[in-house]
Amino acid sequence: MKKVMASFAAALLVALPLGSMASPEDDLAEFRDYYAKRFPNTPFEDYINGVYSIDPPSREQWEEIEEFPPYELNISQGEELFNKPFANGKTYADCFDNGGMGIRQNYPYFDTERNEVVTLELAINECRQANGEKPLKWKRGPIADISAYMAYTSRGNIIDIKIPNAEAQKWYDRGKKHFYQKRGQLNMACADCHKFYSGNLIRADKLSPALGHLSHFPVYRSKWGGLGTTHRRYGGCNSQVRAKPFKAQSAEYRALEYFHTYMSNGLEVNGPGARK
Amino acid sequence: MTSKHAVRRFFPAAMVLLASLFGGISLVGASDIEEGKKVAFDRKKGNCLACHMIAGGELPGNIGPPLIAMKARFPDREVLRAQIWDATVKNPNTIMPPFGKHRVLTEKEVDLVTDFIHTL
Ligand code: HEC
Ligand code: HEC
Repeated sequence: MKKVMASFAAALLVALPLGSMASPEDDLAEFRDYYAKRFPNTPFEDYINGVYSIDPPSREQWEEIEEFPPYELNISQGEELFNKPFANGKTYADCFDNGGMGIRQNYPYFDTERNEVVTLELAINECRQANGEKPLKWKRGPIADISAYMAYTSRGNIIDIKIPNAEAQKWYDRGKKHFYQKRGQLNMACADCHKFYSGNLIRADKLSPALGHLSHFPVYRSKWGGLGTTHRRYGGCNSQVRAKPFKAQSAEYRALEYFHTYMSNGLEVNGPGARK
Repeated sequence: MTSKHAVRRFFPAAMVLLASLFGGISLVGASDIEEGKKVAFDRKKGNCLACHMIAGGELPGNIGPPLIAMKARFPDREVLRAQIWDATVKNPNTIMPPFGKHRVLTEKEVDLVTDFIHTL
Protein backbone atom coordinates (compact mmCIF):
# COMPACT_ATOMS: atom_id res chain seq x y z
CA MET A 1 0.00 0.00 0.00
CA LYS A 2 2.81 2.32 0.93
CA LYS A 3 4.40 1.60 -2.38
CA VAL A 4 1.15 2.29 -4.21
CA MET A 5 0.72 5.60 -2.39
CA ALA A 6 4.28 6.61 -3.20
CA SER A 7 3.90 5.93 -6.89
CA PHE A 8 0.51 7.64 -6.85
CA ALA A 9 2.12 10.70 -5.30
CA ALA A 10 4.88 10.61 -7.87
CA ALA A 11 2.31 10.36 -10.64
CA LEU A 12 0.49 13.36 -9.19
CA LEU A 13 3.69 15.37 -9.08
CA VAL A 14 4.27 14.72 -12.76
CA ALA A 15 0.67 15.09 -13.77
CA LEU A 16 -0.22 18.28 -11.94
CA PRO A 17 2.12 20.79 -13.56
CA LEU A 18 1.29 19.38 -16.98
CA GLY A 19 -2.41 19.11 -16.31
CA SER A 20 -2.81 22.66 -15.03
CA MET A 21 -1.99 24.13 -18.45
CA ALA A 22 -3.35 23.32 -21.90
CA SER A 23 -1.16 20.69 -23.48
CA PRO A 24 1.15 21.76 -26.30
CA GLU A 25 -0.69 19.34 -28.60
CA ASP A 26 -3.98 21.10 -27.84
CA ASP A 27 -2.35 24.49 -28.37
CA LEU A 28 -0.97 23.38 -31.71
CA ALA A 29 -4.35 22.12 -32.88
CA GLU A 30 -6.01 25.37 -31.80
CA PHE A 31 -3.31 27.44 -33.52
CA ARG A 32 -3.58 25.67 -36.87
CA ASP A 33 -7.34 25.71 -36.73
CA TYR A 34 -7.39 29.43 -36.01
CA TYR A 35 -5.41 30.31 -39.13
CA ALA A 36 -7.23 27.75 -41.28
CA LYS A 37 -10.48 29.59 -40.49
CA ARG A 38 -8.96 33.04 -40.84
CA PHE A 39 -7.30 32.32 -44.19
CA PRO A 40 -9.41 29.64 -45.88
CA ASN A 41 -7.54 30.14 -49.18
CA THR A 42 -4.09 29.44 -47.75
CA PRO A 43 -3.04 25.78 -47.71
CA PHE A 44 -1.24 24.71 -44.52
CA GLU A 45 2.09 24.08 -46.32
CA ASP A 46 2.10 27.62 -47.64
CA TYR A 47 2.47 29.42 -44.28
CA ILE A 48 6.25 29.04 -44.60
CA ASN A 49 6.04 31.98 -47.00
CA GLY A 50 5.05 34.39 -44.25
CA VAL A 51 2.99 37.39 -45.23
CA TYR A 52 3.20 36.31 -48.90
CA SER A 53 1.11 33.24 -48.07
CA ILE A 54 -1.86 35.51 -47.46
CA ASP A 55 -1.13 38.38 -49.86
CA PRO A 56 -1.19 37.35 -53.52
CA PRO A 57 -0.35 40.84 -54.90
CA SER A 58 2.93 41.20 -53.00
CA ARG A 59 3.75 37.54 -53.56
CA GLU A 60 4.50 38.01 -57.26
CA GLN A 61 7.02 40.70 -56.52
CA TRP A 62 8.61 38.55 -53.85
CA GLU A 63 8.84 35.52 -56.13
CA GLU A 64 10.80 37.67 -58.57
CA ILE A 65 13.16 38.64 -55.75
CA GLU A 66 13.59 34.99 -54.79
CA GLU A 67 14.84 34.20 -58.31
CA PHE A 68 18.04 36.08 -57.52
CA PRO A 69 17.95 35.83 -53.75
CA PRO A 70 19.65 38.61 -51.83
CA TYR A 71 20.94 36.06 -49.29
CA GLU A 72 22.84 33.95 -51.82
CA LEU A 73 26.20 35.46 -50.90
CA ASN A 74 25.43 34.89 -47.20
CA ILE A 75 24.91 31.18 -47.83
CA SER A 76 28.26 30.80 -49.57
CA GLN A 77 30.02 32.88 -46.92
CA GLY A 78 28.31 30.72 -44.29
CA GLU A 79 29.47 27.55 -46.00
CA GLU A 80 33.04 28.81 -46.08
CA LEU A 81 32.97 29.76 -42.41
CA PHE A 82 31.33 26.46 -41.52
CA ASN A 83 34.06 24.43 -43.20
CA LYS A 84 37.03 26.51 -42.08
CA PRO A 85 38.86 24.59 -39.32
CA PHE A 86 39.29 26.21 -35.88
CA ALA A 87 42.85 26.81 -34.61
CA ASN A 88 42.76 23.33 -33.03
CA GLY A 89 41.98 21.72 -36.39
CA LYS A 90 38.39 20.79 -35.58
CA THR A 91 35.33 22.23 -37.36
CA TYR A 92 31.69 23.02 -36.64
CA ALA A 93 30.80 19.65 -38.17
CA ASP A 94 32.38 17.95 -35.14
CA CYS A 95 29.90 19.64 -32.77
CA PHE A 96 26.63 18.67 -34.46
CA ASP A 97 24.63 15.58 -35.34
CA ASN A 98 25.06 14.55 -38.96
CA GLY A 99 27.98 16.94 -39.33
CA GLY A 100 25.55 19.84 -38.93
CA MET A 101 23.82 19.14 -42.25
CA GLY A 102 20.01 19.04 -42.49
CA ILE A 103 19.34 19.54 -38.77
CA ARG A 104 17.70 22.98 -38.60
CA GLN A 105 14.25 21.40 -38.12
CA ASN A 106 15.27 20.14 -34.65
CA TYR A 107 16.19 23.58 -33.29
CA PRO A 108 15.59 24.95 -30.77
CA TYR A 109 15.59 21.80 -28.68
CA PHE A 110 15.27 21.18 -24.96
CA ASP A 111 18.49 19.78 -23.51
CA THR A 112 17.31 17.42 -20.75
CA GLU A 113 20.72 17.33 -19.08
CA ARG A 114 21.22 21.08 -18.91
CA ASN A 115 17.51 21.73 -18.41
CA GLU A 116 17.41 24.55 -20.88
CA VAL A 117 16.49 25.40 -24.44
CA VAL A 118 19.34 25.43 -26.93
CA THR A 119 18.89 27.45 -30.12
CA LEU A 120 20.95 26.92 -33.27
CA GLU A 121 22.86 30.15 -32.73
CA LEU A 122 23.61 29.22 -29.11
CA ALA A 123 24.93 25.85 -30.27
CA ILE A 124 27.12 27.55 -32.91
CA ASN A 125 28.75 29.79 -30.33
CA GLU A 126 29.08 27.01 -27.79
CA CYS A 127 30.84 24.96 -30.45
CA ARG A 128 33.30 27.80 -30.98
CA GLN A 129 33.96 28.22 -27.29
CA ALA A 130 34.40 24.47 -26.74
CA ASN A 131 37.12 24.70 -29.38
CA GLY A 132 38.88 27.69 -27.90
CA GLU A 133 37.41 30.31 -30.24
CA LYS A 134 35.74 33.59 -29.28
CA PRO A 135 31.93 33.68 -29.53
CA LEU A 136 30.40 35.62 -32.41
CA LYS A 137 27.97 38.52 -32.05
CA TRP A 138 24.40 37.18 -31.88
CA LYS A 139 22.18 39.16 -34.19
CA ARG A 140 23.87 39.57 -37.59
CA GLY A 141 27.12 38.97 -39.45
CA PRO A 142 29.02 35.65 -39.44
CA ILE A 143 26.66 33.87 -37.02
CA ALA A 144 23.71 34.66 -39.28
CA ASP A 145 25.70 33.47 -42.34
CA ILE A 146 26.56 30.14 -40.69
CA SER A 147 23.00 29.70 -39.46
CA ALA A 148 21.72 30.54 -42.98
CA TYR A 149 23.96 27.90 -44.52
CA MET A 150 22.82 25.30 -41.99
CA ALA A 151 19.17 26.20 -42.66
CA TYR A 152 19.80 25.96 -46.39
CA THR A 153 21.06 22.38 -46.03
CA SER A 154 17.81 21.61 -44.18
CA ARG A 155 15.36 22.96 -46.75
CA GLY A 156 12.41 20.65 -47.17
CA ASN A 157 12.86 18.97 -43.79
CA ILE A 158 9.85 19.11 -41.50
CA ILE A 159 10.00 21.23 -38.33
CA ASP A 160 9.86 18.83 -35.41
CA ILE A 161 10.19 20.46 -31.99
CA LYS A 162 9.71 18.18 -29.01
CA ILE A 163 8.65 18.89 -25.45
CA PRO A 164 10.30 15.95 -23.69
CA ASN A 165 9.37 16.52 -20.04
CA ALA A 166 7.76 18.79 -17.47
CA GLU A 167 10.85 21.03 -17.26
CA ALA A 168 10.67 21.54 -21.01
CA GLN A 169 7.02 22.44 -20.72
CA LYS A 170 7.92 25.17 -18.25
CA TRP A 171 10.07 26.77 -20.94
CA TYR A 172 7.28 26.27 -23.44
CA ASP A 173 4.77 27.89 -21.10
CA ARG A 174 7.08 30.84 -20.54
CA GLY A 175 7.37 31.35 -24.27
CA LYS A 176 3.62 31.03 -24.70
CA LYS A 177 3.08 33.62 -22.01
CA HIS A 178 5.42 36.04 -23.75
CA PHE A 179 3.55 35.53 -27.01
CA TYR A 180 0.12 36.31 -25.57
CA GLN A 181 1.00 38.93 -22.97
CA LYS A 182 0.54 42.60 -23.65
CA ARG A 183 3.71 44.57 -23.13
CA GLY A 184 5.36 47.92 -23.61
CA GLN A 185 4.01 51.42 -23.40
CA LEU A 186 1.78 50.62 -26.38
CA ASN A 187 0.40 47.55 -24.60
CA MET A 188 0.41 45.04 -27.43
CA ALA A 189 1.07 41.33 -27.58
CA CYS A 190 2.79 39.36 -30.34
CA ALA A 191 -0.57 37.59 -30.70
CA ASP A 192 -2.40 40.89 -31.24
CA CYS A 193 -0.43 41.60 -34.40
CA HIS A 194 0.42 38.10 -35.64
CA LYS A 195 -2.70 36.17 -34.64
CA PHE A 196 -5.80 38.26 -33.92
CA TYR A 197 -5.09 40.92 -36.57
CA SER A 198 -2.88 38.88 -38.91
CA GLY A 199 -3.79 39.82 -42.47
CA ASN A 200 -4.83 43.33 -41.44
CA LEU A 201 -2.86 46.39 -42.39
CA ILE A 202 -0.91 48.27 -39.77
CA ARG A 203 -0.36 51.46 -41.71
CA ALA A 204 0.92 50.07 -45.04
CA ASP A 205 2.27 46.76 -43.66
CA LYS A 206 0.25 43.58 -43.83
CA LEU A 207 0.67 41.58 -40.62
CA SER A 208 1.99 38.07 -41.15
CA PRO A 209 0.52 35.00 -39.45
CA ALA A 210 2.69 33.57 -36.65
CA LEU A 211 2.07 30.11 -38.08
CA GLY A 212 5.16 29.46 -40.21
CA HIS A 213 7.11 32.42 -38.80
CA LEU A 214 10.09 30.32 -37.83
CA SER A 215 10.51 28.32 -41.04
CA HIS A 216 12.87 30.71 -42.75
CA PHE A 217 15.25 32.23 -40.23
CA PRO A 218 17.71 33.83 -40.35
CA VAL A 219 16.00 36.21 -42.71
CA TYR A 220 17.26 38.78 -45.20
CA ARG A 221 15.32 41.99 -44.66
CA SER A 222 15.48 44.80 -47.16
CA LYS A 223 14.98 47.23 -44.28
CA TRP A 224 18.09 45.83 -42.56
CA GLY A 225 20.01 45.54 -45.81
CA GLY A 226 21.19 42.17 -44.62
CA LEU A 227 20.55 39.00 -42.65
CA GLY A 228 19.27 38.93 -39.09
CA THR A 229 18.64 36.15 -36.60
CA THR A 230 15.32 35.35 -34.94
CA HIS A 231 16.31 37.24 -31.81
CA ARG A 232 17.16 40.33 -33.82
CA ARG A 233 13.59 40.28 -35.13
CA TYR A 234 12.18 39.69 -31.63
CA GLY A 235 14.07 42.72 -30.36
CA GLY A 236 12.65 44.80 -33.21
CA CYS A 237 9.07 43.73 -32.55
CA ASN A 238 9.43 44.35 -28.80
CA SER A 239 10.87 47.83 -29.44
CA GLN A 240 8.04 48.69 -31.82
CA VAL A 241 5.60 48.60 -28.93
CA ARG A 242 8.09 50.54 -26.77
CA ALA A 243 8.91 47.56 -24.59
CA LYS A 244 12.50 47.08 -23.52
CA PRO A 245 13.86 44.28 -25.71
CA PHE A 246 15.46 41.28 -23.98
CA LYS A 247 19.02 40.31 -24.81
CA ALA A 248 19.58 37.98 -27.76
CA GLN A 249 19.81 34.42 -26.42
CA SER A 250 18.35 35.42 -23.05
CA ALA A 251 16.24 32.68 -21.46
CA GLU A 252 13.17 34.78 -22.28
CA TYR A 253 13.82 34.82 -26.05
CA ARG A 254 14.93 31.19 -26.11
CA ALA A 255 11.65 30.25 -24.40
CA LEU A 256 9.72 32.39 -26.91
CA GLU A 257 11.55 30.79 -29.83
CA TYR A 258 10.82 27.33 -28.39
CA PHE A 259 7.05 27.98 -28.21
CA HIS A 260 6.98 29.93 -31.47
CA THR A 261 8.82 27.19 -33.41
CA TYR A 262 6.73 24.44 -31.85
CA MET A 263 3.69 26.23 -33.28
CA SER A 264 5.20 25.69 -36.76
CA ASN A 265 5.70 21.95 -36.29
CA GLY A 266 4.79 20.00 -39.41
CA LEU A 267 5.89 22.77 -41.80
CA GLU A 268 8.98 22.69 -44.01
CA VAL A 269 12.18 24.53 -43.30
CA ASN A 270 12.77 27.02 -46.15
CA GLY A 271 15.41 29.27 -44.67
CA PRO A 272 17.03 31.57 -45.18
CA GLY A 273 14.17 33.76 -46.37
CA ALA A 274 13.81 37.22 -47.84
CA ARG A 275 11.34 39.78 -46.59
CA LYS A 276 10.60 43.49 -46.97
CA MET B 1 -21.13 96.73 -3.13
CA THR B 2 -19.68 98.93 -5.86
CA SER B 3 -20.57 98.44 -9.47
CA LYS B 4 -16.94 97.46 -10.17
CA HIS B 5 -17.32 94.45 -7.91
CA ALA B 6 -20.55 93.53 -9.56
CA VAL B 7 -18.91 93.44 -12.97
CA ARG B 8 -16.10 91.26 -11.65
CA ARG B 9 -18.58 88.81 -10.25
CA PHE B 10 -20.86 88.90 -13.22
CA PHE B 11 -18.17 88.30 -15.86
CA PRO B 12 -17.15 84.72 -14.99
CA ALA B 13 -20.76 83.76 -14.47
CA ALA B 14 -21.58 85.14 -17.92
CA MET B 15 -18.82 83.10 -19.47
CA VAL B 16 -20.18 79.92 -17.91
CA LEU B 17 -23.65 80.82 -19.12
CA LEU B 18 -22.34 81.49 -22.65
CA ALA B 19 -20.48 78.22 -22.72
CA SER B 20 -23.50 76.27 -21.61
CA LEU B 21 -25.69 78.10 -24.11
CA PHE B 22 -23.47 76.86 -26.93
CA GLY B 23 -23.84 73.40 -25.44
CA GLY B 24 -22.58 70.71 -27.83
CA ILE B 25 -20.54 73.13 -29.91
CA SER B 26 -17.17 73.14 -28.24
CA LEU B 27 -15.30 76.38 -27.95
CA VAL B 28 -12.28 75.04 -29.79
CA GLY B 29 -10.40 77.20 -32.25
CA ALA B 30 -9.38 76.10 -35.73
CA SER B 31 -5.72 76.17 -34.75
CA ASP B 32 -6.35 73.72 -31.91
CA ILE B 33 -8.03 71.37 -34.37
CA GLU B 34 -4.96 71.63 -36.61
CA GLU B 35 -2.74 70.88 -33.59
CA GLY B 36 -4.88 67.87 -32.73
CA LYS B 37 -4.61 66.60 -36.26
CA LYS B 38 -0.85 66.89 -36.10
CA VAL B 39 -0.67 64.91 -32.86
CA ALA B 40 -3.06 62.27 -34.21
CA PHE B 41 -1.08 61.79 -37.45
CA ASP B 42 2.42 62.01 -35.94
CA ARG B 43 3.96 58.52 -35.97
CA LYS B 44 5.72 59.22 -32.70
CA LYS B 45 2.55 60.50 -31.00
CA GLY B 46 -0.97 59.24 -31.77
CA ASN B 47 -0.08 57.38 -34.95
CA CYS B 48 -3.81 56.74 -35.24
CA LEU B 49 -3.39 56.11 -38.99
CA ALA B 50 -1.54 52.91 -38.16
CA CYS B 51 -4.96 51.41 -37.44
CA HIS B 52 -7.71 53.84 -38.51
CA MET B 53 -8.82 55.44 -41.73
CA ILE B 54 -9.05 59.17 -41.05
CA ALA B 55 -10.00 61.82 -43.62
CA GLY B 56 -6.90 63.67 -44.79
CA GLY B 57 -4.49 60.90 -43.79
CA GLU B 58 -2.62 58.71 -46.26
CA LEU B 59 -1.96 54.94 -46.20
CA PRO B 60 -4.18 54.14 -43.25
CA GLY B 61 -4.21 50.71 -41.65
CA ASN B 62 -7.47 48.80 -41.17
CA ILE B 63 -7.15 47.27 -37.71
CA GLY B 64 -9.69 49.63 -36.16
CA PRO B 65 -12.92 51.04 -37.63
CA PRO B 66 -12.75 54.12 -39.90
CA LEU B 67 -13.09 57.26 -37.79
CA ILE B 68 -16.07 58.85 -39.50
CA ALA B 69 -19.35 60.42 -38.34
CA MET B 70 -17.81 60.82 -34.91
CA LYS B 71 -20.25 63.44 -33.61
CA ALA B 72 -23.17 61.17 -34.43
CA ARG B 73 -21.55 58.16 -32.82
CA PHE B 74 -20.01 60.01 -29.90
CA PRO B 75 -22.44 62.82 -29.03
CA ASP B 76 -20.72 63.08 -25.66
CA ARG B 77 -17.16 64.32 -26.10
CA GLU B 78 -16.15 62.77 -22.76
CA VAL B 79 -16.99 59.28 -24.00
CA LEU B 80 -14.73 59.84 -27.00
CA ARG B 81 -11.98 61.20 -24.79
CA ALA B 82 -12.25 58.18 -22.51
CA GLN B 83 -11.83 55.84 -25.49
CA ILE B 84 -8.61 57.60 -26.46
CA TRP B 85 -7.39 57.94 -22.87
CA ASP B 86 -7.73 54.22 -22.11
CA ALA B 87 -9.37 51.91 -24.64
CA THR B 88 -8.89 48.93 -22.30
CA VAL B 89 -11.75 50.10 -20.08
CA LYS B 90 -14.28 49.25 -22.78
CA ASN B 91 -12.38 46.26 -24.13
CA PRO B 92 -9.68 44.75 -21.88
CA ASN B 93 -8.19 42.82 -24.84
CA THR B 94 -8.10 45.74 -27.23
CA ILE B 95 -5.02 46.24 -29.39
CA MET B 96 -5.54 50.01 -29.18
CA PRO B 97 -2.89 51.59 -26.93
CA PRO B 98 -4.09 53.33 -23.74
CA PHE B 99 -2.74 56.69 -24.87
CA GLY B 100 -3.47 58.68 -21.74
CA LYS B 101 -3.10 56.02 -19.10
CA HIS B 102 0.30 54.94 -20.42
CA ARG B 103 1.43 58.52 -21.00
CA VAL B 104 1.91 58.05 -24.72
CA LEU B 105 0.16 61.41 -24.95
CA THR B 106 -0.16 64.17 -22.36
CA GLU B 107 -3.54 65.34 -20.95
CA LYS B 108 -3.32 68.34 -23.28
CA GLU B 109 -2.50 66.18 -26.30
CA VAL B 110 -5.40 63.82 -25.55
CA ASP B 111 -7.67 66.88 -25.45
CA LEU B 112 -6.33 68.15 -28.76
CA VAL B 113 -6.73 64.76 -30.44
CA THR B 114 -10.24 64.36 -29.00
CA ASP B 115 -11.30 67.73 -30.38
CA PHE B 116 -9.87 66.94 -33.80
CA ILE B 117 -11.46 63.46 -33.94
CA HIS B 118 -14.77 64.97 -32.82
CA THR B 119 -14.87 67.12 -35.97
CA LEU B 120 -14.75 64.05 -38.25
C1 HEC C 1 2.63 46.45 -33.43
C2 HEC C 1 2.52 45.24 -34.14
C3 HEC C 1 3.48 44.12 -33.86
C4 HEC C 1 3.71 43.49 -32.68
C5 HEC C 1 3.07 43.76 -31.32
C6 HEC C 1 4.66 42.45 -32.97
N1 HEC C 1 5.01 42.48 -34.29
FE1 HEC C 1 6.16 41.12 -35.27
N2 HEC C 1 5.99 42.19 -37.00
C7 HEC C 1 5.21 43.31 -37.15
C8 HEC C 1 5.32 43.79 -38.51
C9 HEC C 1 4.62 45.02 -39.09
C10 HEC C 1 6.21 42.90 -39.17
C11 HEC C 1 6.66 42.95 -40.66
C12 HEC C 1 5.56 42.40 -41.52
C13 HEC C 1 5.28 40.96 -41.23
O1 HEC C 1 6.00 40.07 -41.71
O2 HEC C 1 4.37 40.69 -40.43
C14 HEC C 1 6.58 41.89 -38.19
C15 HEC C 1 7.41 40.81 -38.46
C16 HEC C 1 7.68 39.79 -37.57
C17 HEC C 1 8.44 38.60 -37.89
C18 HEC C 1 9.09 38.28 -39.23
C19 HEC C 1 8.14 37.53 -40.10
C20 HEC C 1 8.83 36.97 -41.30
O3 HEC C 1 8.13 36.32 -42.11
O4 HEC C 1 10.04 37.06 -41.45
C21 HEC C 1 8.48 37.84 -36.75
C22 HEC C 1 9.17 36.50 -36.59
C23 HEC C 1 7.75 38.57 -35.73
N3 HEC C 1 7.27 39.73 -36.26
C24 HEC C 1 7.56 38.12 -34.43
C25 HEC C 1 6.96 38.88 -33.42
C26 HEC C 1 6.96 38.50 -32.02
C27 HEC C 1 7.54 37.23 -31.47
C28 HEC C 1 6.34 39.49 -31.34
C29 HEC C 1 6.18 39.69 -29.86
C30 HEC C 1 7.38 39.68 -29.10
C31 HEC C 1 5.89 40.46 -32.32
N4 HEC C 1 6.31 40.06 -33.57
C32 HEC C 1 5.16 41.58 -32.03
C33 HEC C 1 4.42 43.90 -36.19
C34 HEC C 1 4.33 43.51 -34.86
C1 HEC D 1 -2.88 49.46 -32.85
C2 HEC D 1 -4.17 49.81 -33.30
C3 HEC D 1 -4.83 51.11 -32.92
C4 HEC D 1 -4.29 52.37 -32.78
C5 HEC D 1 -2.85 52.79 -32.95
C6 HEC D 1 -5.38 53.24 -32.49
N1 HEC D 1 -6.55 52.54 -32.42
FE1 HEC D 1 -8.41 53.28 -32.05
N2 HEC D 1 -9.20 51.42 -32.17
C7 HEC D 1 -8.51 50.28 -32.50
C8 HEC D 1 -9.45 49.16 -32.51
C9 HEC D 1 -9.11 47.71 -32.84
C10 HEC D 1 -10.71 49.67 -32.16
C11 HEC D 1 -12.05 48.89 -32.05
C12 HEC D 1 -12.46 48.71 -30.63
C13 HEC D 1 -11.58 47.76 -29.87
O1 HEC D 1 -11.20 46.70 -30.40
O2 HEC D 1 -11.24 48.06 -28.72
C14 HEC D 1 -10.52 51.09 -31.95
C15 HEC D 1 -11.53 51.96 -31.60
C16 HEC D 1 -11.42 53.34 -31.58
C17 HEC D 1 -12.50 54.26 -31.38
C18 HEC D 1 -13.95 53.87 -31.19
C19 HEC D 1 -14.54 53.78 -32.54
C20 HEC D 1 -15.94 53.31 -32.58
O3 HEC D 1 -16.52 53.40 -33.65
O4 HEC D 1 -16.44 52.82 -31.57
C21 HEC D 1 -11.98 55.52 -31.45
C22 HEC D 1 -12.73 56.82 -31.30
C23 HEC D 1 -10.58 55.40 -31.65
N3 HEC D 1 -10.25 54.06 -31.75
C24 HEC D 1 -9.70 56.45 -31.77
C25 HEC D 1 -8.33 56.33 -31.90
C26 HEC D 1 -7.41 57.46 -31.90
C27 HEC D 1 -7.81 58.89 -31.79
C28 HEC D 1 -6.16 56.94 -32.01
C29 HEC D 1 -4.83 57.64 -31.99
C30 HEC D 1 -4.59 58.62 -31.00
C31 HEC D 1 -6.30 55.50 -32.11
N4 HEC D 1 -7.62 55.17 -32.04
C32 HEC D 1 -5.24 54.61 -32.28
C33 HEC D 1 -7.17 50.18 -32.78
C34 HEC D 1 -6.27 51.24 -32.70
